[in-house]
Amino acid sequence: MSAPTFAIPGREPLFGGRGWTALVAFVLAVVVVVPALFLAVPESSPFHLSAYFVTLMGKIMCYCVVAIAMNLIWGYTGILSLGHGVFFALGGYAFGMYLMRMIGHEGQYQSDLPDFMVFLDWKSYPWYWSFTEHFWYSALLVVLVPGLLAFVFGYFAFRSRIKGVYFSIITQALTFAFMLLFFRNDTGFGGNNGFTDFKQVLGWRVSDPETRATLFALAGLYLAGCLILTRMLVRSKFGRVLTAIRDSESRLMFSGYNPLWFKLSIWTLSAVLCGVAGALYVPLVGIINPGEMSPANSIEIAIWVAVGGRGTLLGPIIGAGLVNGAKSFFTQSFPEYWLFFLGALFVAVTLFLPHGVAGWFERRFGKGAKA
Amino acid sequence: MTTTTNGDLRSGQTSGLGHIMPTGVDTSHGPILYLEDIGVSFDGFRALNKLTLTIETGELRCIIGPNGAGKTTMMDVITGKTRPDEGTAYFGQTIDLTRLTEPEIAHAGIGRKFQKPTVFENLTVVENLELAMKTDKRVRASLRAKLSGDDLARIGENLELIRLESEAGRLAGVLSHGQKQWLEIGMLLMQEPKLLLLDEPAAGMTDHETARTAELFLKLAGSHTLVVVEHDMDFIAAIASTVTVLHEGSVLAEGTLDEVKGNDRVIEVYLGR
Repeated sequence: MSAPTFAIPGREPLFGGRGWTALVAFVLAVVVVVPALFLAVPESSPFHLSAYFVTLMGKIMCYCVVAIAMNLIWGYTGILSLGHGVFFALGGYAFGMYLMRMIGHEGQYQSDLPDFMVFLDWKSYPWYWSFTEHFWYSALLVVLVPGLLAFVFGYFAFRSRIKGVYFSIITQALTFAFMLLFFRNDTGFGGNNGFTDFKQVLGWRVSDPETRATLFALAGLYLAGCLILTRMLVRSKFGRVLTAIRDSESRLMFSGYNPLWFKLSIWTLSAVLCGVAGALYVPLVGIINPGEMSPANSIEIAIWVAVGGRGTLLGPIIGAGLVNGAKSFFTQSFPEYWLFFLGALFVAVTLFLPHGVAGWFERRFGKGAKA
Repeated sequence: MTTTTNGDLRSGQTSGLGHIMPTGVDTSHGPILYLEDIGVSFDGFRALNKLTLTIETGELRCIIGPNGAGKTTMMDVITGKTRPDEGTAYFGQTIDLTRLTEPEIAHAGIGRKFQKPTVFENLTVVENLELAMKTDKRVRASLRAKLSGDDLARIGENLELIRLESEAGRLAGVLSHGQKQWLEIGMLLMQEPKLLLLDEPAAGMTDHETARTAELFLKLAGSHTLVVVEHDMDFIAAIASTVTVLHEGSVLAEGTLDEVKGNDRVIEVYLGR
């Protein structure tokens, strides 16, 4: 048997030499350089990084993971979700329950219960708050709640072969329904104020710079991990099946694949990635409220991915970084123009960069921009 | 767990939750496909009307008929895309096609080529063939799948057969129409089906490509069973032993090409005078 004359699918390296270098540089930056500039360099030095900057970057890195998760389901598999905010928020709420418990007696009313429950005149925690004082249990919920919701929702939607815009609309309805549910005070998650005023996490003071730097580094490591995971999935036969679902689902079925399980796996994985990102986001930013579940928020996630480039490895990170960077600039300098800018950006990208920033780079500079 | 051997489930039975169990086709009594009194209606339009058709193992059968005669609907029924309102459809002696899903039918050994060439446009030619290849096609297996030397050799042979060796690394989306048709046929063959359903396989091909397709089909007949829907009479003349004419959802005539060409009803509704 002669050697094959073609490139064997799935045998290309995970990353090229430059890709690995960039990844290692990124990990060093988030674990060593930024924390050092934030903690060790005095505030008078021009190299000092402010708490505001570190928090903002940490927050954006969490959003980057959400964009990566969105890219898995939309970019690679072709299923547009307009409800990914709900998974992010549920992960945040799940971990927020633990953070609320850790406030202990430091609240306004110095009660065993969180302030909002005292306000509602509740005498004890509702059953679904059981065990949330344990870190491990809350961490489990962070994965299980978004995962189970996605699995059950996805099973029925995909089994009924709901596709395209119909699926997108149902996901909008899903996140909207959850937002309304969480706005109610009686739901037991703090109503429209949500959770805030956290005091400690695993015995560390949330307000300490060290805690902030640690959370920042964790978010960075998680982002790097998600990037590697995406690359591994895309390089596998599983990843090629996802592309096949996007290109021609019926061809795939008649080739002997049941798309239901492939869609359900990537959909559930995507939701879990969002949930964990939400759990990192909440202690970093210090608040979670039902606004995170607003339909507009989920649409914004799709915009990040469209701007960065659907179906590219780095596109979602570029998109989430660009849009959120611009957002924090605009909302400070010209708050009233932010939404106009976002709209204009989306129109411009659709017209001039249909494959997003990363797609444009790939086409302009060849394969070099990929890894 | 592998699924390439017969499990202990009976043919046609599924293992629940949509997991695909392979089913061996039993053709010990001759025919590989029985359709009996199949009826399909869409909003009152009878697409198939008491259609009865038997295909013998190893046969190369051509199906012709005017537009709307029910040719594509028939393929939809056989491949599980459309459930018939009435009638029975059996693959071999034991496999009830009306109770299986599309992927299950594909695993049982029926391959289908669409009228419009349908390939995975954003995957390369080799990757298209890789996905089609007969193997365990469940999620877990696909995460760990590695191509063996034998697999690569099979892909190589197939590339040679469909003459796309020089295009192996290109995206399927940039191929010409005829090349896409060939790629889709190559993908069908990678599935190792017993029965191939081919909807207008020669459409959009050059004369040379058409001649080579006819050659390939004649080579496949015998070891495979082929059902070809075509309009191109020259192509049919080159390949067919038996021709079935469909009209308004049922069989109008059946016989050799010359026999059906001489049939008055066929001339009236399809060939024209």
